[in-house]
Amino acid sequence: MMDQFIFWVAAIVAVIAAFRVVFLRNAIVSVLHLIVTLICLAVIFLQLSAEFLAALQVIVYGGAIMVLFLFIVMMLNLRKDEFGPDQLPGVRFLGALAAGALLGELFIVFAGDGSAAVRVPDTFGGVKDIGHALFGAYLFPFELTSILLLAAVIAAVVLAKRPPATETAADSAGETA
Amino acid sequence: MSTLPVPMEYYLGLASILFVLGVLGVMLARNAIVILMGVELMLNAANLALILFARVHGDLGGQMMVFFVLVVAAAEAAVGLSLLVAIYRRKGSVDVDRLNILKG
Repeated sequence: MMDQFIFWVAAIVAVIAAFRVVFLRNAIVSVLHLIVTLICLAVIFLQLSAEFLAALQVIVYGGAIMVLFLFIVMMLNLRKDEFGPDQLPGVRFLGALAAGALLGELFIVFAGDGSAAVRVPDTFGGVKDIGHALFGAYLFPFELTSILLLAAVIAAVVLAKRPPATETAADSAGETA
Repeated sequence: MSTLPVPMEYYLGLASILFVLGVLGVMLARNAIVILMGVELMLNAANLALILFARVHGDLGGQMMVFFVLVVAAAEAAVGLSLLVAIYRRKGSVDVDRLNILKG
């Protein structure tokens, strides 16, 4: 009973916050609503016995990634008229139509897929299980993620570096530096 | 725990709704930051489905997949946001309707 209540509260808050992420005109408020959605999803992850991933969701997503978004929103100092949905009425209509069709398709695909959950041990999804899987069967992909993150760090530094005054200077900067 | 608090379809319905909201954000928003947030919403909807299936089938593979999705999402946010900074420096705006220099 209590579990059902928690699911419904988390699900409804997550959907409302996600709506506001997409349709609000203020980017800071959008980012904060996205954090609310992510934390509600972390609650649902906990219910599905994914404790470690729920913690990661709060720390990495709700913490690190969303703080990055907030910093960028504050750095860019955007005008109000750049927010909100598209101005062209045709685009809005077609977009809503396509999204509705997609939602209907997803519901049709998922309807009736009510397999009962198998019994899992209490430790399922805990740090020990995840650690054994991560450094056992999934060791190679885990090591590959380090290369991905290194590439992302280098790309972010290169892209966000303040360019020299002119374009041609930017091209020759690599040779002179 | 042996049973889910609510039937499995409810979790899948929630994941579908969040995914479609992310799609709407990507399709309708003009601000590139909102588009990136729509992508994050879609990734999270997929994560919810993966964790649900990991729980239902008692297989940790789904949870490992979510772990790697988290890593990729972090990399994507870092690169995407630094692209936005570079675009803003050049155009003074991150309105995707104004980024038309590739128009033929």
